[in-house]
Amino acid sequence: MTRKQRRLAIIGSCGLVLAVAAGLVLFAMRDSIVFFHGPTDVVEKSIQAGTRFRLGGLVKEGSVVRQGQTVTFEVTDMNRNIPVTYTGILPDLFREGQGVVTEGVLQAGGLFKADSVLARHDENYMPREVADSLKKQGHWQPPGSKPQS
Amino acid sequence: MLVEIAHFALAMALGLSLVQMIIPVWGVRRNDIALARVGEPAAISVFVLLLFAFGVLMYAYAVSDFSVQNVAENSHSAKPMIYKLTGTWGNHEGSMLLWVLIMALFGALVALARTSLPDRLRAGTLAAQASVTVAFLLFILFTSNPFNRLDPAPPEGNDLNPLLQDLGLAIHPPLLYVGYVGFSITYAFAIAALIDGRIDAVWARAVRPWTLVAWIFLTLGISMGSYWAYYELGWGGWWFWDPVENASLMPWLAGTALIHSTIVMEKRDSLKVWTILLAILTFSLSLLGTFLVRSGVLTSVHTFATDPSRGLFILIILMLFIGGSLALFAWRAPMLRQGGLFAPVSREGALVINNLFLAAACATVFIGTLYPLALEGLTGAKISVGPPFFNATFLPLLIPLLLLLPFGQSMAWKRGDLLGTAQRLAVAIGIGILATIGIFAATYGGPVAAPLGIGLGVFLIASALWDLGERIIGRASGARAIWSRAIGLPRSAYGSALAHAGVGVTVIGIAATAWATEDIAVMKPGDRMTNGRTAIVLQQVFPRTGPNFRELVGRFRIEIDGKERGEIESTKRTFITRNNMQTTEAGIRTFGVSQVYVSLGEIQPDGSVGVRMYTKPLMLLIWIGSLIMGLGGALSITDRRFRVATPAKARSPKGPQGSTGGPSPQPAE
Repeated sequence: MTRKQRRLAIIGSCGLVLAVAAGLVLFAMRDSIVFFHGPTDVVEKSIQAGTRFRLGGLVKEGSVVRQGQTVTFEVTDMNRNIPVTYTGILPDLFREGQGVVTEGVLQAGGLFKADSVLARHDENYMPREVADSLKKQGHWQPPGSKPQS
Repeated sequence: MLVEIAHFALAMALGLSLVQMIIPVWGVRRNDIALARVGEPAAISVFVLLLFAFGVLMYAYAVSDFSVQNVAENSHSAKPMIYKLTGTWGNHEGSMLLWVLIMALFGALVALARTSLPDRLRAGTLAAQASVTVAFLLFILFTSNPFNRLDPAPPEGNDLNPLLQDLGLAIHPPLLYVGYVGFSITYAFAIAALIDGRIDAVWARAVRPWTLVAWIFLTLGISMGSYWAYYELGWGGWWFWDPVENASLMPWLAGTALIHSTIVMEKRDSLKVWTILLAILTFSLSLLGTFLVRSGVLTSVHTFATDPSRGLFILIILMLFIGGSLALFAWRAPMLRQGGLFAPVSREGALVINNLFLAAACATVFIGTLYPLALEGLTGAKISVGPPFFNATFLPLLIPLLLLLPFGQSMAWKRGDLLGTAQRLAVAIGIGILATIGIFAATYGGPVAAPLGIGLGVFLIASALWDLGERIIGRASGARAIWSRAIGLPRSAYGSALAHAGVGVTVIGIAATAWATEDIAVMKPGDRMTNGRTAIVLQQVFPRTGPNFRELVGRFRIEIDGKERGEIESTKRTFITRNNMQTTEAGIRTFGVSQVYVSLGEIQPDGSVGVRMYTKPLMLLIWIGSLIMGLGGALSITDRRFRVATPAKARSPKGPQGSTGGPSPQPAE
């Protein structure tokens, strides 16, 4: 192999791998990205049934109904509510009145069928997306405003 | 008082770091060896001062001194002692202090290292390293001081996030930090080489052990973090493609590429510019990880109380060091003497392929992690990039890399022979294919990914061992000759074979997760849940009290193939000291390398309880493989050539003295 051919072979293989990587990324970007919406977004942007997205907000007080393994509740941003149904074990920090992020598919009747309820790691922690969406609705109270001893 | 002295020690460390940053560079400029070597005692003193400061903070935690704000916010007097101690770094301020402490430790080690680093390189490296320490000490002193006092002191502390009250906190962060921060040394070496304008095999040999140390710790840190998440979060996953995990995976991928490219540089005096760039990028990715985790742009268990000024400060540090070093690279790299080109089919060619795939894989993780942030900043749309994205981009890049790995490993330098290599690997290829077919037949109807992945893992292990065997036995005959060849083989050959076999073990563990099962049921005492050969029977549910929590315990009996195989206790803890926060403590029982994993869900009003049972065949191999990788790395460090004096020192008196000149080669003693 001449020097030129070697250089070509090396540059060529670099280009090939990078092109494959770029192709994979572009392909995956189209199919496997999930948007986040608050309840008001869902109503106002009139999101189509069958769309997969993340729904976040507060768990409406008094809306949690358990039936065996299935639980239904409403996610609210104090402006609009979206009913959610989920089958499985809820994370430890799932409580009424607290922030929640769920991922799933919107059904035709407006019911959100969640297949995952994301775990939080700290009782003071509010998912940032939820905090932003509450701020937008003007119902934001910063967490940790409890009195310091 | 002690706390104030520690605070003062932090300030002193900042002053000395400034000395360590400026004086050696000046000394090198003036060819004054005494001045150039000032960095060495400075680096050691900075370490001692920071060790003292850290010790004081730990002591404050141990005695629950709530007059220190940091302790009051993150500790509780009823907490078990081990978690009081580990809680030192279970918060933002303490973890940043640990970060600079480790950074100073590496500086001190470079200062003390008895391998003969050329003086100029050592001085430059210590100075570059000190610049990073200065930035982080400023950050700590101005935005995250762990020694702030509270007056009056509260009677009781806030306690630590219960998820962090675990042995994992004792192990995972320190390991990970040694890894992250260890790459600052390779970064400093790169900066020193760029400023000096000289880079050669001596540089590569000097850098390699440090890169290996950082890589080993990062490997172990990531793997222990993964195991911790697996048992603590209670739902059996081991890797979530969470941005914070990605933040540690990126430097690992770049660092893995770096340890391979330095081999090419050392053996073939080639790939210099790329290696320098990689060294800069690896630490830049470590810094990026720190920024992502510490600034609060992402939310996770790793994000402690957030404060926008901190995020901005780290962002400035990030831009300064990444931007500055890349600018320096753009300016100086063209002046470095390029190594020659080489044949694409050769060991060095294979290592280039390795670097290419690792860099591309790292880039896809980078895009997947940062694209959501960029998109939100630009358009306000919020998206999440989850496992589907990474499975579709990362895996297709990693699988060819793993398939090619054994070929590169057993190829000769300079001129390789693809066909000949394939023939040498024929046995390993055969074993891999047999394993795939055999497992496929035995589990017919199950997921196809498992036998394919396990076949790949078996191929990796078999070829690593086969290649090592060939090197030892070769054409030698008789036990004596083989023994002497086994002794004569460099330790790095054993190290790389072991590390690559470790990759194979991890691959098998990951592939076997395709067989994992998950079952959910509401159970009452006496109920049974069965999946395949495994069954659990809920025996009783009872309350129990711990030092700072109460818990509800579910006790299960495990049966495998109808035979009783012991008990599992799975609990739901409520931390009374922390707003009644609940955690799930999964019950895990290990059989060989497989596990049965039981976690409790909600307790229903009628006394029944939600239970998840997972069976995890071969699960432990994921982490055992990473331990083997780390062991392989450790074996490589002990290689003789990193311990003996490099030939450069003996040569240097006769060596060319450029116009800038080196410091006088005459020893000072």
